[in-house]
Amino acid sequence: MNNNKVIQVEGLTKMFGDFTAVNAITFEVDKGEIFGFLGANGAGKTTAMKMLIGISNPTSGNANVAGFDVFTHTENIKKNIGYMSQKFALYDDLTVRENITFFGGIYGLSRKRIKEKSDALIEELGLQNVANKLVGALPLGWKQKLSFSVSLIHDPKIVFLDEPTGGVDPITRRQFWELIYKAANQGTTVFVTTHYMDEAEYCDRVSIMVNGKIEALDTPKKLKEQFKAENMNDVFLKLARG
Amino acid sequence: MVSISVKHISKSYKSVNALQDISFEVKEGELFGLIGPDGAGKTTLFRILTTLLFADEGTATVAGFDVVADYKSIRNSVGYMPGKFSLYQDLTVEENLDFFATIFGTTIEENYDLIKDIYVQIEPFKNRRAGKLSGGMKQKLALSCALIHKPKVLFLDEPTTGVDPVSRKEFWDMLKRLQQKGITILVSTPYMDEAALCDRIALIQDGKILEIDTPEAIVKYYPKPIYNVRANNMYQLINSLNAYEHNHSVYPFGEFVHYTDNRTDFNPDHLKAYLESRNLSNIHIEKTIATIEDTFMELAK
Repeated sequence: MNNNKVIQVEGLTKMFGDFTAVNAITFEVDKGEIFGFLGANGAGKTTAMKMLIGISNPTSGNANVAGFDVFTHTENIKKNIGYMSQKFALYDDLTVRENITFFGGIYGLSRKRIKEKSDALIEELGLQNVANKLVGALPLGWKQKLSFSVSLIHDPKIVFLDEPTGGVDPITRRQFWELIYKAANQGTTVFVTTHYMDEAEYCDRVSIMVNGKIEALDTPKKLKEQFKAENMNDVFLKLARG
Repeated sequence: MVSISVKHISKSYKSVNALQDISFEVKEGELFGLIGPDGAGKTTLFRILTTLLFADEGTATVAGFDVVADYKSIRNSVGYMPGKFSLYQDLTVEENLDFFATIFGTTIEENYDLIKDIYVQIEPFKNRRAGKLSGGMKQKLALSCALIHKPKVLFLDEPTTGVDPVSRKEFWDMLKRLQQKGITILVSTPYMDEAALCDRIALIQDGKILEIDTPEAIVKYYPKPIYNVRANNMYQLINSLNAYEHNHSVYPFGEFVHYTDNRTDFNPDHLKAYLESRNLSNIHIEKTIATIEDTFMELAK
């Protein structure tokens, strides 16, 4: 495979009974790219993402994620990707440091490496004063930033972010995107879903799913030209309304 | 006439001051938005106004009734759609609606006009259990149940959180139609673009109201000229602007960065020269208009 393509998907399909949730989607994502994965509720985004991260078996098609096949090597995929969603992030009843240690342990990092990573991460996020506080006591925005950094603890090739900024205040939302830019700049591929259309503009390329199919895929600039739209919100409304 | 009146309401939980001296009024038939992120205190305020929680200090009335002394009257006069889906998952769509109608001593038929627009969209699934509905359908059922007793005031706590832009737009169209039927609506949202759809808004953060006004007026509080800046590399651009000693604020906004300068005699050409010295190209700087989100971030700073 081409080393620069960290996600390669061809004709990937998922059926539940006679309902086609994901209908033969095809796309590729480059190393270090920020790839926006958009679509209306129920368009099939979550189902597609579950196949890519190796927790749902595709019905047909091909996909290769971080160098591994989604049919046969799901355990390798899980070791080589990071995942963060708004719904499941960190353990509220563990402290900041305990959460980092726990996830570091899950991914098989050595004690020494976990210690180094913890110190670096806590300093980078400015969490020195709350390192031994329970995560449940932190403001949502801090939790989300910490959760993102924890999802990168094992230096994955790709990080999957499922609506990472929902409900977060506008300043923290932007700080969060600065973390995303930084990770991408260091070569990590970022695969992100969002309902904030201004965030779609921050992506290198954006795909829009409608009823199980990818109906558009390009840079935000080209999509706006193609749909004669002023912003990504208009592009989305034009496409998803069908 | 005043439909909701809030005077000096405060509420604390252990070490958190959830609401600090909140006061505002909502007129009858007004669509009033509480705009703020998670943790701002929006839900606490909703629970106080719907008589589910006592305030530590202050008073409030809804539809002319005191939230403490006349709580039973308020419960008959308001509809409340909590942020968390709170219908009976094991009852069908129709059973849920029938249940709420019965509790309030009415029937689905009696007020069908009010919910018709919304309910027809989920009626094909009326025998499906509520727990098996999609997010958008749950939201429509919850709104139908909150409306079935023809409330004077409707409380909607983050009805569009996690909802895609198409469904969000449809939901706001529904709210506009309800407003035309004379219902007062208090709605909260973390989406700043929805603020523009309200008659008046309160920006709220950390339990305090930052500002209350119409969406058009609120952007006038923005104190500085604001510039759209674009260059060939977004990440380098943000880093360079953050490192620029004269910056007042640097926030990515779609394809641009919104930039303000802390000098009164700011010259965009100087900024351009600086960015060029940082190896950026295709630099484009132009004045732009502050949005509600800019205003929120400036006030929250």
